[in-house]
Amino acid sequence: MDNSLLSLLIWLPIFGGALVIWLGNERANTARWLSVALSIVVFIMSLSLFTEFDSSTHLMQFEEKASWISQFDVYYHIGVDGISMPLIILTTFSSILVLIAGWEVIQNRPAHYMAAFLMMEGLIIGVFSALDGILFYAFWEASLIPMLLIIGVWGGDNRVYAAIKFFLYTFLGSVFMLVSLIYMYNKGGSFSILDMHNLSLSASEQAWIFWAFFMAFAVKVPMFPVHTWLPDAHVQAPTGGSVILAAIMLKMGGYGFFRFSLPITPDASLEFSEIVIILSLIAIVYIGFVALVQRDMKKLIAYSSISHMGFVTLGVFALFLAYTPGAAEGALLGLEGAMIQMISHGFISAAMFLVVGVLYDRLHSREISTYGGVINSMPKFTGFAVLFAMANAGLPGTSGFVGEFMVILGVMQANIWYAVLAGTTLIVGAAYTLWMVKRVFWGEVTNPAVSTLSDINAREFGILAILAVAVVAMGLYPQPVIDVMHVSIEHLLNQALTSKL
Amino acid sequence: MNNMYTFDTSTLWAALPEIFLLSAIVVVLLLDLFLTKPFKQATYYLTQISLFITGVMAFNLIDQPQTIIFSGSFILDNMASVFKVFMIGSTMVAMVYTRHYLIQHALFRGEYFVLVLLSVLGMMVMVSGYSLLTLYLGLEILSLSLYTLIAIARERAGAVEAALKYFVLGAIASGLLLYGMSMIYGISGSINITDIANFAANADLASRETLILNFGLVFLVIGIAFKLGAVPFHMWVPDVYQGAPTSVTLFLSTVPKVAAVAMLVRILVDGLGAMHAYWADLFMVLAVLSIALGSVVALMQTNIKRLLAYSTISHVGFIMLGFVTGVISGYGAAVFYVFVYILMSLAAFGIVILLNKKGFEADQISDFKGLSKHSPWFALMMLVVMLSMAGVPPFIGFYAKFFILQQVISAGFVTLAVVAVVFAVISAYYYLQIIKSMYFEESDKDITIVAPMDMQLVLSINAVLILVVGIFPDFWIKLSLSLF
Repeated sequence: MDNSLLSLLIWLPIFGGALVIWLGNERANTARWLSVALSIVVFIMSLSLFTEFDSSTHLMQFEEKASWISQFDVYYHIGVDGISMPLIILTTFSSILVLIAGWEVIQNRPAHYMAAFLMMEGLIIGVFSALDGILFYAFWEASLIPMLLIIGVWGGDNRVYAAIKFFLYTFLGSVFMLVSLIYMYNKGGSFSILDMHNLSLSASEQAWIFWAFFMAFAVKVPMFPVHTWLPDAHVQAPTGGSVILAAIMLKMGGYGFFRFSLPITPDASLEFSEIVIILSLIAIVYIGFVALVQRDMKKLIAYSSISHMGFVTLGVFALFLAYTPGAAEGALLGLEGAMIQMISHGFISAAMFLVVGVLYDRLHSREISTYGGVINSMPKFTGFAVLFAMANAGLPGTSGFVGEFMVILGVMQANIWYAVLAGTTLIVGAAYTLWMVKRVFWGEVTNPAVSTLSDINAREFGILAILAVAVVAMGLYPQPVIDVMHVSIEHLLNQALTSKL
Repeated sequence: MNNMYTFDTSTLWAALPEIFLLSAIVVVLLLDLFLTKPFKQATYYLTQISLFITGVMAFNLIDQPQTIIFSGSFILDNMASVFKVFMIGSTMVAMVYTRHYLIQHALFRGEYFVLVLLSVLGMMVMVSGYSLLTLYLGLEILSLSLYTLIAIARERAGAVEAALKYFVLGAIASGLLLYGMSMIYGISGSINITDIANFAANADLASRETLILNFGLVFLVIGIAFKLGAVPFHMWVPDVYQGAPTSVTLFLSTVPKVAAVAMLVRILVDGLGAMHAYWADLFMVLAVLSIALGSVVALMQTNIKRLLAYSTISHVGFIMLGFVTGVISGYGAAVFYVFVYILMSLAAFGIVILLNKKGFEADQISDFKGLSKHSPWFALMMLVVMLSMAGVPPFIGFYAKFFILQQVISAGFVTLAVVAVVFAVISAYYYLQIIKSMYFEESDKDITIVAPMDMQLVLSINAVLILVVGIFPDFWIKLSLSLF
């Protein structure tokens, strides 16, 4: 087994990005080819994480450890388990798509655009594989920088506001995480996340640390009521930015709950689980209704993202209610459902934003009212769009169904009313998605510009086809993904249910 | 005791860098008098050479055993040597940037460099001062040179105003400092740091007899806080930073901070370390006020020099937090922060100067508009500097804040750490404003860079170091800790 595989996955895109910057905007085509080639190489390399993964253990694999800042026992310590590995592959997968999607659309400083995405890919893989608190924090914060620039430089009219709001929101959330990490280091003498899992903490310490982490992760997910940055960021970001934001960056928050909140502060997680569940339900139901009234397609999908991510936090924190001694299935279902939901949402939201991107590139409008009857001029495109819309609404057979179904099943064992509320998303979600499809794709052509639209080209077809395959494959046969994460999730469940007091 | 007051020439080696620099100043001053116009540049090169040789001499004294000479009023230890090397290095970098500014704004005069050399001498004396008098002497050499440096652009009303303001307020601060020193001398009977330390360690601090020690301490803290620019003694900072020629602001905002911290260490840590509990409370208030005011008031600034002035105030707050902890590692964290601050501040003002050209003073944030189009490289460098100042990893500024926070939390002040990080987030907003100007906005005027290659090269290295040292901070952290 190649021992430096993870390091390569992190640093190859970062140095590749530096190389692309050096190539400069004058050699844009070389930069494009190089970026896409690099991202494909990284994706293929990341697949061997999957194939060589030992799914019978919860221990970290592909571990690397080297001293970094010896003064504070900070190590360059990386590794993956069944929770982080699928997210890394999701990252490498989505990166290819956004790089290809930006191929001819981005004419303003194309090399810098590609470089920003490459660097962000490396940094996010770093987030998912870091096993040292400070290393994690460094990657976590550093990944904000390329996103800030992507939104701010290549975004829409109100991009400056959106970019700065995005940065400050997430920065504010994460500094509290830093304080708790330092607190635990001073107490336990180690920044290793795995050591922190075993650090004994009193109830009040756990409560403080839980909320500090919660600030960081809830902003990122984003949960109600700290979600307001997301619609702004999504609407203003260029298509590629929206895709990465929805497909991967939101998952960093969900991942944080898995990696930090549950194992480090199990008792506080139990104590406050009801609050988190209620916030998640508000996100699912209320934000679903908010999505219904949107006139801007990107905003609609952004709100739908918040609603879908509500399932992740719901599935994670419902485990405390769903668990009864001797019958862990409900809790496990919730946790695994949350993981599946994250990956599936990665595919679907990416696809939805790309669909909007295709329309936006042609008519430069995101308003639903601009369109109508798109199917007349773009039949192939409409086929894909409807498939993804169905997946977004949670149609069985698509990946959107699997995660939500598992979470609802899990929650059912906790509290039937929670399950009923969560279940309404299947109605509301179908309502806002299908209503949008009706207004954009079906019906009469009211805007003459729509009838002149050209159908998707080979590049766009390719991207959407790959995503369509992924969405359907995950929907029909999610078992391989569940298999790799199963043991890790079981271990996590154990940690979450073992009191530290 | 008697032999302590003899003059022994065999110990002069310990002050060799200072002696050499003083001689070099005299030579440069005299030579400059006779240089005709075409050879004026020679002063600049002579200055750099003198600084370099002084720096090498100071470097060679690193790792010498601690030596106290001149009747206990001059100390040579590792802190002194490392600080001197660092100050001289920073001054040399600052001079590279300065030359461009002086040429563009027709301020190139020999006196400028002589005054800089003099202030460096003053700072070296401060760093090595081991009696209250030597420290004060160094401070005055520094301050008088700085007053004059600011006023060197005497045609500009702003510069003259800044010089006068700095002079008047500086004189008051010096007065307070002297007053405090006299009280300490009055009660302890000595001006030597060693004697004062012995006295303070054995004194019953709660008794009425030593009350005067407390009074003296308060005045000393005020004097030091003024020199550092901590709130509420910060009033001079924004006006002087804005009014002074940018090259002077660059110098003023960087190297003297090292000297001020050295003076702080000599007086409060080495001398009155036994009274830490007393001055730590004062420092905590000063630190929190500085961080808060520096972060909030900067939000409204449109002038980049003024903005960086408030940013300095907030950095000073972080430096003072390190001294609140009262442990050696906390002092180390503060010194590390100083190193980092200087590195960032040099680069920040360097880039401001870089944009200057004949008849154009780039001192508004709006002057940075569209820089990323015209000079992607230096826009990237400024981005690195700004994010580093905001404390975003992986840049060096993050580790400085991290080290301070770690020490503060370890000393039990978790709330203090939370307050500090909240204001750090607020301050991120104004650093983002500069990034916004550079990257998200288009320029309405021509911003070609006319700076010479040597400046561009040094500036690039300076900014890249912020990233590289950020990725490998171990050496600098260890170095900072080894000084105590």
